[in-house]
Amino acid sequence: MMKLSALAALGLSLVACPALAAENTGAGILKSQCVSCHAIAKPESTGLDRLWERKGPDLYYAGSKFNKPWLEKWLQDPPRIRPAGELYAKHVKGGDKEDVVDETTLVPHMKLSKADAAAAAQELMALTAPPDLVTKGAFKGEKVSMSMGGMFFGKLRGCGACHMAKPGTGGSSGSELYTAGERLQGDYIYSYIKNPQKFDPHIWMPTLNLAEPDLQRLTGYILQLNATEGK
Amino acid sequence: MKPNIRQLVSAFFPAGLLLASAFVAAGNAAAADGQYSKQAVRNYDTYCVQCHGINRNGRGINSRDMSVQPRDHSDAKGMGDIPDEEVFRVIKEGGLAVNKSVLMPAWGNVMNDDEIKELVAYLRHVCNCGKSN
Repeated sequence: MMKLSALAALGLSLVACPALAAENTGAGILKSQCVSCHAIAKPESTGLDRLWERKGPDLYYAGSKFNKPWLEKWLQDPPRIRPAGELYAKHVKGGDKEDVVDETTLVPHMKLSKADAAAAAQELMALTAPPDLVTKGAFKGEKVSMSMGGMFFGKLRGCGACHMAKPGTGGSSGSELYTAGERLQGDYIYSYIKNPQKFDPHIWMPTLNLAEPDLQRLTGYILQLNATEGK
Repeated sequence: MKPNIRQLVSAFFPAGLLLASAFVAAGNAAAADGQYSKQAVRNYDTYCVQCHGINRNGRGINSRDMSVQPRDHSDAKGMGDIPDEEVFRVIKEGGLAVNKSVLMPAWGNVMNDDEIKELVAYLRHVCNCGKSN
């Protein structure tokens, strides 16, 4: 009897181990935990309905969008990046003065263990964007005066209407940008601002038709936000 | 070799249909008050609600910290004073194109002209202030 159960246990572990191992690899984690909310391959349909149905941002170009150390850290302890969730319009309700976020509809992002976060980050960084989506070397890395950049971001171009450059101040329908310097790559920020609809033809961020020097300045400012205003 | 009548008809019939549907589409876009497309509502909910609000009253989730308050689309007087062409232009090209705030961006990259026309018709429904100049 003992022998039989020992054999059975051995058999079970032989069956279970490869499965567990697969779950623990980056690809396994993405497949088992991420794909229900995020696209890790370019979606076939890019219609407006899909934008309303998806639960999280697309990750099929994550390797050209995020910085790996940030990804690893965030996956273990993920504060919300979009104050009103995704898609914002599904998570707002009328308030006393203006619309407010309906917190009851927002689900916190799952947390991963340190090892799983590292494996998932590794896998996500391999999902690079096609070269025509994120142009390598597009951002020239110039330093920007924070006061000039802030004026451009706020008054002149109105980015602050939808995005927060510091916690608690600014709009809520776009992602917060006070951690963007730590979170995002410069070439991605540049390419995204230049034409958000290239990433998703129906995304609710408008194309500002900015001239090249303005794109450089705005990208530089957003990258520097973390170092100065976010802390 | 001369084309026979049947060939001519079969060549022109689809063209005629296309032309007719183009007129119908144009008619829909410039719909009188009360007629609007579901797509226009969907577009409003996607792009406009962030500032103009789920109640279309200019009090969207972003409006709290904005230096210029978004227009109240339910305001019959305020909206009634703006001609259709100007509403169309401000959606397509943004506030600066009509000497208004930069905070109203250009949406010409996410909606085509027909969709913007439909949105104008929907705005006329929201404000209950049909204007056809």
